[in-house]
Amino acid sequence: MIDLHGYGPRLAEGALITIELAVLSLVLAIVLGLATASAKMSRNWLAHRIGTLYTTIIRGVPDLVLMMLLFFGGQIGINMVTDQLYERFGWDVFINVNEFVAGVVTIGLIFGAYMGETFRGAFLAVDSGQIEAGRAYGMNHWLVFRRIRFPQMMRHAIPGLSNNWMVLLKTTALVSVIGLTDMVRVAAEASKATREPFTFMIIVAAVYLLIATASEWGFARLQKRYDVGYREAD
Amino acid sequence: MADTPIPLEVRDITKRFGDTEVLKGLSLKAHKGDVITLIGASGSGKSTFLRCMNLLEQPDEGDLIVHGEEIRFKKTRHGREPADWKQVVRMRAKLSMVFQNFNLWAHMTLLENIIEAPVHVLGKPKKEAVEHARALLERVGLTERADAYPAQMSGGQQQRGAIARALAMDPEVMLFDEPTSALDPELVGDVLKVMRDLAEEGRTMILVTHEMAFARDVSSQVIYLHQGVIEEYGPPEAVFGSPRSERLKQFLAPKH
Repeated sequence: MIDLHGYGPRLAEGALITIELAVLSLVLAIVLGLATASAKMSRNWLAHRIGTLYTTIIRGVPDLVLMMLLFFGGQIGINMVTDQLYERFGWDVFINVNEFVAGVVTIGLIFGAYMGETFRGAFLAVDSGQIEAGRAYGMNHWLVFRRIRFPQMMRHAIPGLSNNWMVLLKTTALVSVIGLTDMVRVAAEASKATREPFTFMIIVAAVYLLIATASEWGFARLQKRYDVGYREAD
Repeated sequence: MADTPIPLEVRDITKRFGDTEVLKGLSLKAHKGDVITLIGASGSGKSTFLRCMNLLEQPDEGDLIVHGEEIRFKKTRHGREPADWKQVVRMRAKLSMVFQNFNLWAHMTLLENIIEAPVHVLGKPKKEAVEHARALLERVGLTERADAYPAQMSGGQQQRGAIARALAMDPEVMLFDEPTSALDPELVGDVLKVMRDLAEEGRTMILVTHEMAFARDVSSQVIYLHQGVIEEYGPPEAVFGSPRSERLKQFLAPKH
């Protein structure tokens, strides 16, 4: 039996943080990704520019740098704003950047850009005749999106989505640098204290692998659901 | 108004793609029970004209009056656009279109395809929509295929299914855009039979087709388009029997 030197409960807590962080970041990334895809496909010049700027910046800067920039830089930015509020209006506001929120925002922002590209490709893969039929039958923009465009797009998006999720999951390990005690940070501390890095790192590796495998199964089911009706077509 | 408004009237429609004017002032009036056929060589603008009628293409000029209601337009930087999209949505729900490539929604079964717009656009109760859909499926001979997905059906079945989907809206006018052009020759007959039945029961229909024999049999009026202009129109006996225009004579002449 592996001796965890009493670190078991903390590791489990860390694992929970990792999962929470990953899932919440994924939700944010999907929302941002859909918005980015719409902006980039938009006829509106400004929306298109903003979408392009966002994906260019995010994809061109290392994740770790972005994370430190947003966490440490973000706190300074917020402090500047709250100082101004106090000086000018006498409002005493104090906002402390919470590590968990900072982690979710950063990872969500990073993967929103990648999701944006995934969704854009997937939207473009939907046959225009399908959309046209929706419009011809009196559906408004939102109804076409909800009933036709989105479900048909998902079929093309899932492989990319699943890939992004795997990378996102592993990117959460970076949050230990901003002081969030996720699974990796707990394991690192335990390794140092006990001088048994192998024991703790192998456990961490196994947990990541477990989450990844479970989600792969989940995505396969999702793919099957959105493939309904197409099996004969391809 | 004491009279019931006529189902569809279009006046002086023009349409440009870039610098090319593809429709040069086309008008048409579909009274109740009319079957109006648009014929012409490819590139004559007949499909574009049809697509302007439900605003899948935006005409640059001209008026559209659906069941007595005139569609309002406004000028924008991108050209002319409908002023009120709600009005367009309402108007489209009265005009059902049958497409060349069927365009049944691929992620839904045939039955789901048929009840989709009645339930989500017209707000019909689902149970009622399903009952109506089953009756329509029987009518087009697809009772057995209710739970099939489009990809599992032949082209002819898909197109008959698409006609059932169109009928489920109880449309004022049905628009057919080359409904048999994508079909294998042996499947064309079944689709034409369904369309013939619709014409005989007094449906108002506007169709673009290359099936001349069919057009001659079922139409109340035939319009021959050439380069975006109505070159000749009239009852089928006149247009097919004694065409006046040289171009139409050539168009109708057997090609070998």
